[in-house]
This record gives sequence, C-alpha cells and structure tokens, in this order.
Amino acid sequence: MTNYLDFEKPLAEIEGKAAELRAMARANEEMDIEDEAQALDKKAADLLQQMYTTLTPWRKCLVARHADRPHCKDYISTLFTEYTPLAGDRNFADDHAVMGGLARFDGKPVMVIGHEKGNDTKSRIERNFGMARPEGYRKAIRLMDMADRFGLPVITLVDTPGAFPGKGAEERGQSEAIARSTQKCLQLRVPLVSVIIGEGGSGGAVAFATADRVAMLAHSVYSVISPEGCASILWKDAEKMREAAEALRLTAQELHQLGVCDRIIDEPMGGAHRNKDETIANVGAAIGEMLAELDTGKDRTAARRKKYLDLGQKGLAA
Amino acid sequence: MNWISNYVRPRINSIFSRREVPENLWSKCDECGTMLFHRELAENLNVCTSCGHHMQISPRDRFANLFDGGAFAEVDVPVPNADPLNFRDQKKYPDRLKAAQKQTDEKEAMLVGTGDMGRTPIVAACQDFSFMAGSMGMYVGNAIIAAAEKAVERQCPLILFTAAGGARMQEGILSLMQMPRTTVAIEMLKEANLPYIVVLTHPTTGGVTASYAMLGDVHIAEPNALICFAGPRVIEQTIREKLPEGFQRAEYLLDHGMLDRVTERGKMRDELITITRMLMGLDPAITGDLPAPDITEAEDMLEAVKGEDSTS
Ligand SMILES: [Zn+2]
Repeated sequence: MTNYLDFEKPLAEIEGKAAELRAMARANEEMDIEDEAQALDKKAADLLQQMYTTLTPWRKCLVARHADRPHCKDYISTLFTEYTPLAGDRNFADDHAVMGGLARFDGKPVMVIGHEKGNDTKSRIERNFGMARPEGYRKAIRLMDMADRFGLPVITLVDTPGAFPGKGAEERGQSEAIARSTQKCLQLRVPLVSVIIGEGGSGGAVAFATADRVAMLAHSVYSVISPEGCASILWKDAEKMREAAEALRLTAQELHQLGVCDRIIDEPMGGAHRNKDETIANVGAAIGEMLAELDTGKDRTAARRKKYLDLGQKGLAA
Repeated sequence: MNWISNYVRPRINSIFSRREVPENLWSKCDECGTMLFHRELAENLNVCTSCGHHMQISPRDRFANLFDGGAFAEVDVPVPNADPLNFRDQKKYPDRLKAAQKQTDEKEAMLVGTGDMGRTPIVAACQDFSFMAGSMGMYVGNAIIAAAEKAVERQCPLILFTAAGGARMQEGILSLMQMPRTTVAIEMLKEANLPYIVVLTHPTTGGVTASYAMLGDVHIAEPNALICFAGPRVIEQTIREKLPEGFQRAEYLLDHGMLDRVTERGKMRDELITITRMLMGLDPAITGDLPAPDITEAEDMLEAVKGEDSTS
C-alpha cells in the first residue's frame, strides 16, 4: 500500500480508481475493464512523472521525510555483509538514533555509521526519530577513531531532522559532542564518504557529513535549519515554510551547484519510497565509485581540509 | 628580543579607538533597573556597577581594554561573495547587511586584531552580537581562518570571544559549512601547538557553540552568559516542561563540565595574560593598564613590514 503525500492526492485518486476497477473485474469476470484501467495507469504514470520532475523545494522536504523512504537500516542490511553493530560511547549510554559498526562493503572491511529514524511508532520512539543525543556523536567519534587506527574507510549515511533539543542532551554537552565529531571527520587519514539519504538537518548532519565526498539522493535535502524553523524566525510565520524552503537552497541540485554536494544519486520515478531496491542499489553503486576514487592509500586529511577551506567560492548560477 | 619586533602592521588610528562617551547620558540596567551614567558604565566595561550584570560590549571597546594601550593592528579578512544564494525573506539579505553595517559602523560580525596583551603577543577575534546577532556566515568563517593563520604566522595564541545567535540563515548551507571550515582553522592552531582560548559571552548559541566555541584548550565564560546549542524556548516546546533556574547559563555549564572557568569581565584580561603566558612558557605576567606601543617605533615597524611584503 502506498502512503500518499498531500500533494499526491490527485495521483491517489487515479490509482485508486484503477485499483477499484480491477477489483470489480476480479469479482465479475464478464466485465472488460482492462483498456480503461490501462488508460488510468498511463494517466497516473504521466502525472507522477510530471509531479516528480517539477518538485518544489518544500515538496522535496516532504519526500525526503517520507515514512516509507529506505532508512539507514535498509541500506546496511542490503549493501553490506558481516555487519557487526558496535554500541555505546563508553561514557554514558548507547544512542539508538545512531547505528554503526564494522561491516564489509564489496568484501572489504569498512566502518559504517548512520542515523536511523525507525519505521513504526515503537521503533521511531526507540530511535528518537533519528535525532541523536551527545552519546550518538560520541559513539560515532569512537568508531571513526577505530576505523582510522585500523585503516578502514568510513561510510556515513545521514538522515536526521537535527540534534535532539532536550534537557539532558544539552546538559551532557550536545554542542561539544557535535563539534568534536566534525573535528574527528576532519582528522581522519582514511577516506570518508557520506551519503545524505533523506534529511540532512543542521549540525547533526555536519557532524557526520564533513567528508571527502558528499553524495545526496536526488530528493534529499541538507540545510542549516528546517524550513519551518527558518520561516518562524525570518517570516515570523511557520506557515511560510514553502518560501523558506525555496530561499534556503536546500535541494541536492542547488547544493551541487554550490559545491557542497559532490554527486547526485538518481531516485526512481516517484521517489525512493516507490522503489526501495532500485534506490539502495543506486546508493551502493555511488558509494563504490566514490571509494574507488579515494582508495589511494594516501592520508586524506590535507585534501579534505582544503576542500572545506575552499568551499563557498561558488555562487549559484543566475 | 624587543617586544615590538613582532608587532605587525599597527594602524595608528586603532590606538585612539576608545570612543568618546558623552558625559551626561545615562541608561538603565535591564537586570536591576539602576540608572547608570554612560561614562561610568563604559569605564566599567559595560558591567552594571550596581548588580554586576554583564551587558553587550562592542568588539572595538573590548579590544581597547584587552590590548596594551588599546593598540592593535586589524587583521585583514578576505571578503566573501556577498549574498551567494540571492536570499530574500521579508527583506533582501544585502539590505539587511547594509542596515547592520550602518548601525554598527562595522563591516561584519567579527573583528580580528593582533597586538600585545600584557606584553604578550596575541591574535584576538571578537564576534559582534549587535551585527545581525553575531551570526556566523562566510565572513565570520573567513575571519576565524584569517585569525588562526595570523596566530600561526606570529607563533602566538589566539583568543576568541564568541557571541552569536547561531548560523547566518541568509547564507543557507554555506553558513552551516562554517562549522567544518572554522574547525579546520582550529586544527591549524593545534598542529602548531599554539594556545586557543575561547571566551564565551552572552549569548553563544547554535552552530557557533557546536563548532569553534567548544574546541578551545581553555573555555572561559562571562557570568550568566547563555551558552547552548538548542535554545531554552525550543527545548521547552519539545519536552513540554519548565526548565530549571539558570539552565544553560555559564555557571550551569561550569557545573556540568563544559567550561574551565567563569570570570568577570573586569578580571578577564589579567586572567588571559596569566594563562597564555604559562602555556607559551613565558615569564610571569606583566599586568595592569600598560601603555600603547611607542608610535614612532610602530611606524618604523609598519614600514619595515611593508618592505618585506613587497619583496615577498
Ligand atoms: Zn544592574
């Protein structure tokens, strides 16, 4: 069953009609509806294509947050073998919003780390909707450190609304944890490849995505603040999120122009959630290619630092 | 070694940067309500003489107090692409920038200077909360990188005074990218084994706290400064409960292990001198209100430096 987004309502109606017709035909073999149903299919496919080739920045945010979108867990279980989760920050707790561990990619050992949002009410609560607490960043720092010592490339999968705005998170040094995680990304000698698979929310994303190569799925977003948050501050009206999403330039395509995103990964027509297997395969291929580009045995630190120092010279094409 | 031998590009006008304050004006302390003469307040570094409340102080006024005789050379900051996103909310970003420049008489939200503090060569950078809430964009990032590079060049400590509402939203992702960019700057200092001291002032929040403000060798905050990643209002909305008194204030962070010290503004300079001199392996501090470096000597140095620049 498809979970339709609000803007997909017209599509839901057409696909609903086609499904209804086919259900009726199954009940009554005399009916010949196939021509009509196929016409509806065609209409739906055209509409889907029309909608998804012209997604506004705000609609991209909705697609990026879609509950059925493949999540970190799906990528890890499909693209990696021998995944061995490693838990805990050795200090306070294990943060379930961040998963990570040793695994093999294309047979070679790597460290994989990512935000996991969960896929039903129970797991969403357990995963804190992908919003890490300080322990999550500190676990990531620990795993990155280990990878660096043993010469394993690091792959991060980013999908978070942002850091968790909670009392304990602040008390335990959320800011410091994020700052140290970003710093660790910059200190790694081994290759660091990052894919924004859904939402790249602010500091919580930077802490994992300060990478040699940053790829983004075509309908993922990466932003300094959520459009709702930006709208309520700059427009004094949270309902102006469409305007804010546009102004923030948070789409993969715009970030590619700005040099923040190195590579855009195609999504199936209608978004990642309409064909998870194809999406995951596309991401796997991109990771493989990025690792191959970086697999020189050289210390990556200097090049990665230069990349970030040079960032921001490119404006948007007029 | 003559202390002035490291004195690079003094701009003579900065020696006279202590602003003239009208004598007959007063303002009200927003904490205790006491009426304070501007002059009296300025002499007390904008700290209420009645209740000790620390008010905003401009980077230039801070530097006038920090550097010996108030003399410092402004460090050039590469000017970035203004308005890289063609950002427009209710106003155009360039218009907001112009208004802030007019209001503060400053180029941007961070001032970088180099000079001597208690005869100790330093680079100092100070964020200006009155300039678009001190927000961190490309310019602030460039300023911190320039400050770190200058400190490495002069082999001296960097002291950074933070104050910011967070990232400059009008620069979108490029403001966020200042978190890694400024972290690279801090890495340069670490590699050169130079002290990096952060002085956190009210308020220091968001992406600023979650990058260069929390990566110092020593963290000192001014009393009662709000220091956080997510602001108290956002947290109250999320967890739907009232936060404890003093939550996210300097003293609270000190208790929770995020700061080394909470120090009053009036004692800050002496403390910074003491700490930096020990970290640099220098003799005990020379404190107090030291005179400005000799102007003619400074001018000679400036000429000498110019000569070096043109040959290099
Ligand atoms: Zn007062």
